[in-house]
Amino acid sequence: MTLSIIELKADHTDHHIARMAAFAVGLSVAEAAFPSPLPGVKPGLANIVTLLVLRRYGLRIAIWVSLLRVVASSLLLGGFLAPSFVLSLGGATASLLMLALTRSLPPIFGPVSFSILAAFAHIGGQLGVVYIWLIPHIGLFYLVPIFAAAALLFGMVNGLITARLIAGQSPNIVLPSLQTAQH
Amino acid sequence: MSLIKSGDWLVMFSGLFAVIWLFATLWQGGTGDKVIIRSGGTVVAEASLLHDQVYNIKGPLGISLVAIHDHRARVASDPSPRQYCVKQGWLSRPGEAAICLPNQVSVEIAGNKKLYDSLNY
Repeated sequence: MTLSIIELKADHTDHHIARMAAFAVGLSVAEAAFPSPLPGVKPGLANIVTLLVLRRYGLRIAIWVSLLRVVASSLLLGGFLAPSFVLSLGGATASLLMLALTRSLPPIFGPVSFSILAAFAHIGGQLGVVYIWLIPHIGLFYLVPIFAAAALLFGMVNGLITARLIAGQSPNIVLPSLQTAQH
Repeated sequence: MSLIKSGDWLVMFSGLFAVIWLFATLWQGGTGDKVIIRSGGTVVAEASLLHDQVYNIKGPLGISLVAIHDHRARVASDPSPRQYCVKQGWLSRPGEAAICLPNQVSVEIAGNKKLYDSLNY
């Protein structure tokens, strides 16, 4: 007697999403090795991948890559479903929301803008989760300026890296086209 | 194509101003404007930091001198053996305190909003 079998067919698009998420996971894990002066202050290099994917493949794929990155890197770093995971998820959700809202900005705004705005949203989302869930204490606001300054700095750096990667992209490289429709 | 577009400068400078504004509003904490002096746990004097003056506070060991000068306050002298509260130096920010345990005298700065000298979570 055969139990029911659920077969998941991963198509070309799924493979490509997984590949890009793997890049982001790699960056997350690598930067976790760097010491940080304050828990939560880190470069967020994985956001470079999110920004690139957003530009090339649109919001839907970027959401997939970003959320897969959050889940997979927390599994690797051992914080799955721990507070750090929820903070990471809150930050990623907030920055994806920000990216979704700022998608229709005129083209005078480049990757640097999106990166900075997403970094601010990220830290806003995280501090929101911390305040509502972990430390509902007014003293938390004392840390806000530090986090905001870090968000500005790292948002700028990541945005410049993203812009450089986009500008330096060889015209010979054919990006895999992804059908983003039915699933 | 330059890496930084014109709109990016706008975002960067707005971000910079936002960060400066956050530092200015969230980190000032208000300057202390009042000093509360206690002896044996009861408030014996509440004084404004605006007026320079010296208080003589009597405790079980003797007299502690509390001096207010230039918007700051300190324990100027105290009969306690280890002089911790004197070594605390000048206090100016809300929540700062000097406590002379042996002589049961404490000096605390109060501001318009109460800040915290320690946090637990």
